[in-house]
Amino acid sequence: MDQAQPLLEITGATVFFGADAAIDGVDFRMFPGEVHSLMGENGAGKSTLIKAITGVLPLDAGVLTLAGEELHLHTPVDAQRAGISTVYQEIELLPNVSVAENIFLGREPRRLHMIDNRTMRAQARRVLAELGLDIDPASLLGSHSVAVQQLVAIARAISADLRVLVLDEPTSSLDVDEVAELFRVIRELKQRGVAILFVSHFLDQVYEICDRVTVLRDGKLVGEYLTRELLRIDLVHKMLGHKETELKSRSRAPASDGDGAAPFLTARGLTHAPRIVDADIDIFEGRVLGVAGLLGSGRTELARAVTGIDHLHSGVIMIAGADQVFTSPRKALNKGVAYSSENRRTEGIVAELTVLENIVLAVQADRGIWHRMRPARQRELAASWVEALGIRPADLDRPAGTLSGGNQQKVMLARLLALAPRLLVLDEPTRGIDIGAKVEIQNLVGELADNGLSLIFISAELEEVLRVSDRVAVLRDGRIVDTLATAETSVDAVLALVARPSQEDEALA
Amino acid sequence: MTTLDIATAPVRPSLASRYNTFMSRHASLMPTFAAIAILIVIFVGAQIYFGNFVTPRNISALLLDNAYLLILAVGMTFVIITGGIDLSVGSVMAFTGIWLAKLLAGGTSAVIAIPVIILGGAVIGLLIGVLVQYFDVQPFIASLAGLFLARGLAYVVSLSSIRVENEAVLWLQSTRWHVGSWYITPTGVLALLVVAIGALVMHFTRFGRTIYAIGGNEQSARLMGLNIARTKVAVYVISGVCAGLAGLVLTAYSGAGYPRNGIGTELDAIAAVVIGGTLLTGGRGYVLGSMVGVFVYGTINTVISFMGAEQSWTRIIVGFLLLVFIVVQRAIVARAERRG
Amino acid sequence: MKTIVKHRLFWPSAALLALIVINTIARHSFVKITVRDGELYGALIDILRNSAPLMLVALGMTIVIATRGIDLSVGAIMAVSGAVALQIIAGSDQPDNIGVVATAVLAALGVSLVLGAWNGFLVSVVGIQPIIATLVLMLAGRGVALLITGGFITTVNSEPYEFIATGYLLLLPFAFVLAMVIVAIVGFVERRSALGVLTEAVGINPEASRLAGVRSRGIVWGAYMVSGVLAGIAGVLYSSNIRAADANAAGLLIELYAILAVVLGGTSLTGGKFSIAGTVIGVLFIQTLDSTILFLGVPSAQSPVFFALVVVIVVLIQSPRVHAWGRNLFGGSRSQDSSKPSSDVEVAA
Repeated sequence: MDQAQPLLEITGATVFFGADAAIDGVDFRMFPGEVHSLMGENGAGKSTLIKAITGVLPLDAGVLTLAGEELHLHTPVDAQRAGISTVYQEIELLPNVSVAENIFLGREPRRLHMIDNRTMRAQARRVLAELGLDIDPASLLGSHSVAVQQLVAIARAISADLRVLVLDEPTSSLDVDEVAELFRVIRELKQRGVAILFVSHFLDQVYEICDRVTVLRDGKLVGEYLTRELLRIDLVHKMLGHKETELKSRSRAPASDGDGAAPFLTARGLTHAPRIVDADIDIFEGRVLGVAGLLGSGRTELARAVTGIDHLHSGVIMIAGADQVFTSPRKALNKGVAYSSENRRTEGIVAELTVLENIVLAVQADRGIWHRMRPARQRELAASWVEALGIRPADLDRPAGTLSGGNQQKVMLARLLALAPRLLVLDEPTRGIDIGAKVEIQNLVGELADNGLSLIFISAELEEVLRVSDRVAVLRDGRIVDTLATAETSVDAVLALVARPSQEDEALA
Repeated sequence: MTTLDIATAPVRPSLASRYNTFMSRHASLMPTFAAIAILIVIFVGAQIYFGNFVTPRNISALLLDNAYLLILAVGMTFVIITGGIDLSVGSVMAFTGIWLAKLLAGGTSAVIAIPVIILGGAVIGLLIGVLVQYFDVQPFIASLAGLFLARGLAYVVSLSSIRVENEAVLWLQSTRWHVGSWYITPTGVLALLVVAIGALVMHFTRFGRTIYAIGGNEQSARLMGLNIARTKVAVYVISGVCAGLAGLVLTAYSGAGYPRNGIGTELDAIAAVVIGGTLLTGGRGYVLGSMVGVFVYGTINTVISFMGAEQSWTRIIVGFLLLVFIVVQRAIVARAERRG
Repeated sequence: MKTIVKHRLFWPSAALLALIVINTIARHSFVKITVRDGELYGALIDILRNSAPLMLVALGMTIVIATRGIDLSVGAIMAVSGAVALQIIAGSDQPDNIGVVATAVLAALGVSLVLGAWNGFLVSVVGIQPIIATLVLMLAGRGVALLITGGFITTVNSEPYEFIATGYLLLLPFAFVLAMVIVAIVGFVERRSALGVLTEAVGINPEASRLAGVRSRGIVWGAYMVSGVLAGIAGVLYSSNIRAADANAAGLLIELYAILAVVLGGTSLTGGKFSIAGTVIGVLFIQTLDSTILFLGVPSAQSPVFFALVVVIVVLIQSPRVHAWGRNLFGGSRSQDSSKPSSDVEVAA
């Protein structure tokens, strides 16, 4: 790690949105051969700073230099030409053309104005080999997994003169092996002297791969630190600006309470092959069942199978002893089983409808087309939920799409809670939300359970699942490996359960 | 046979892996293969039923009768692969056709008149392209405006048909170049030329690859530094040029310009393009596939007329075929989604 | 004042009013209405009567567009509807019998309903894109109509049937009254029941609506059925007007005028929020413009050129780039929105 000269440096960066400064006088620098992470909760200015570095937004004040030379970026293409490449969270490549074209389009080898496909494929093979990838350059990009597509995006970046690589939430859709592969490539790039900006909210990964971290808060720079010198708890303090102990942990009654009571809902043999197979769960009133497992282990599929979103290939669901068949979300809602999707934007909020209309949507759908709720009653209902959940701004007539992620999540919750469900399935309710709102929602889960509601809580963050749940179902490869009482287990124990069988076998051997 | 031999024997890819490689490279060719299969089935069926269907004369006539549609389909393919659509081509074809007839009847030489009308088609295409690209108008509505404009202009040129007596233009249609029992007209050559150029551009130029890129993911294409704006406008200009050429061909074919021509022809072109394997959502498709689609359309038309049935049956059957293709495309997508 | 201008019906209404004023200045007789035998006559009355078919088709189109769809087959459905009705009347030996006429009309509407249901099935059950799904019927529908009439233009001489298009009810043309009654019914049902807001939810975000328990499939299916029936009524009106079933001419290009009316009225083509009142104004605008063009002596076949201009003006007005020009031109005093001019690339960082 050369402490020589920073490769990329931005000083006094300021960007205004209207009258507010999204970032104000921020200094940021990246050294060659280093992985640098940018941390801060939502609204801290992370994405704005990144957009300034990658040419998406112009700076209102401040100077950007690359290898000592001042840069003026007007478009992302300018940044690319300067050697600053970005791999976006949603893969910004072309699924319908070949891997080779994805790497070289815009710079293709040509002969007499015609594209020289053979040369392009050969060059592509070489670039991919540098990354340790052995894939057919003529194959369509869309025929490969997200992890491979991401690596092709990186290949595109290094096929030009790459000096700075920005990775925007690269691990959100990757499993453990794929993350390891990505980190291997990152280390390879470090060797070459590339400066890497690693943006992620997975603290573990940040600590594993990053050398340096810069913290932003409310648009201002808090500081730049070496990861080996900064404790995790201190990092969170700097991001939040207050003690993490503000997180009120719900006092959980020991699981033996009411254990004699029959479960409200039982599911046996739930199968929606191949993502979830033969799952058994019991839901008790007033209890929270957490679902833990790696990405791809079937968490969401389990939720969607129980709530009628997906068709069951086999299995039974029983409520109070009677068989249920949920062929649609409508049928499940009729029985008091509600699902809150992890995709807030595409499966949750109806953006152009107002907050009011969003909140009363499910109730209205329940009543049917011909029994409209009186407008006054609608307003009353919506207002009471806005207050109860602390939805901000408390304006019922705002389009719901203008709210922040955390408040949109609350609107979704209000919508489902207004139905007075008996079982509420929350799929990643705190993903991509700032820590303040995260805590609010976690506490809400506790309060709802205390009031008698049954909940299923799904999250990628193991600690969050264990903190919030009474019991946790551990998934691995589409099957429930075990269901444990959270009071009697730990993060490490659960991690051991989700580990791949091969690792387990090795350990046993 | 020792283990050493097995270890050093060259590994030949199994059939399964060869299939996988093919699919991963050319998955989007499947619909076009289906179209070819259908074409073959129709030919075979017709031959069995009529006995003298597959003759050089009939197949040559196929190209002759559908040359105009072939040209339209090429232009339409360019537009649809970018994810757009051009509803104006039938009307533009009528407009350029009658305009040509009027210019020729007024004494203008064909050498001037032909480029002029093609330019006219290009200008209307440019209008549509500019609306789509610079004013964020949906292609549907923008080409609708083009349709209105062209249809009205056709009647402004003339309220009734105008005969063409110009030798040069008539030559395009009446000349037959014979190869044995096969023949081809200059219009046929023109159509095939347009197809060839279209296919080459699509697959071997950056412009063509940019078209696929826009259809695949416009945002990504922009981030890759490809010139989106110019390309998107250009495809509509190309479609307009093709409509102009089609106007020329149709006028030569019928010996007259007729402002009522081409009503609904854009639908025929779209149907041919979709049947030929192009996805209406963009990003996938082949110019050669569209040619197959046009031949499917033309063959059905020929079969219908052979049977002495009403011409309206052609559109009904093509409509049904279009439906089948669409439903199958949808089923394939649904299965892929479920697996993914 | 600002709230009036900002109201989404302001601009369509202003445009219509302006057109009427211009016409009146050009020919004072434009607004003259005479009464004869308890029936109103005049240029304005003609506009109201002639607008009826478009009014119905555009009404159905509004609902379909709200679900994020489109119905390109309405012209073809009109042709089929007219063909069915006229075949029945022509085939009967009592064309003046009200019972026969009633049967003919009901049969036509029934067929139209089935065709609409077919479209709805393709879109809501099979999941085909609306443009494609309705394209099929647009392509094949007229052929079917031609088959029904045996390739001819069937004509009839039936007083009750002619009444539909040319008769009067309470001073006003029956066709107009019929259309307005239907508009009122549909509007009432949409807004007083939850159908309107649920349709908007489905149009804005179909998957979120499904997860919230909205019976999206029924709503979308129903929208196409409504569009089909309304097109069927329009087909009856059209054929009643010309006393014939002309499969090629019936409803020609009407889907395009209908879409224009919907867009003029402020409903977005991308689905979601819709305005029936807006569509009504849009239809009246189109009809008035058509009348204006005819008055100017332009042959009606050439009128599409004017409508091309209208389409361009309307979409330009709605275009964000033009809005940006307008803001720059008239000073950015009101712009609190964060309009960063440089790039239109959104990064999800």
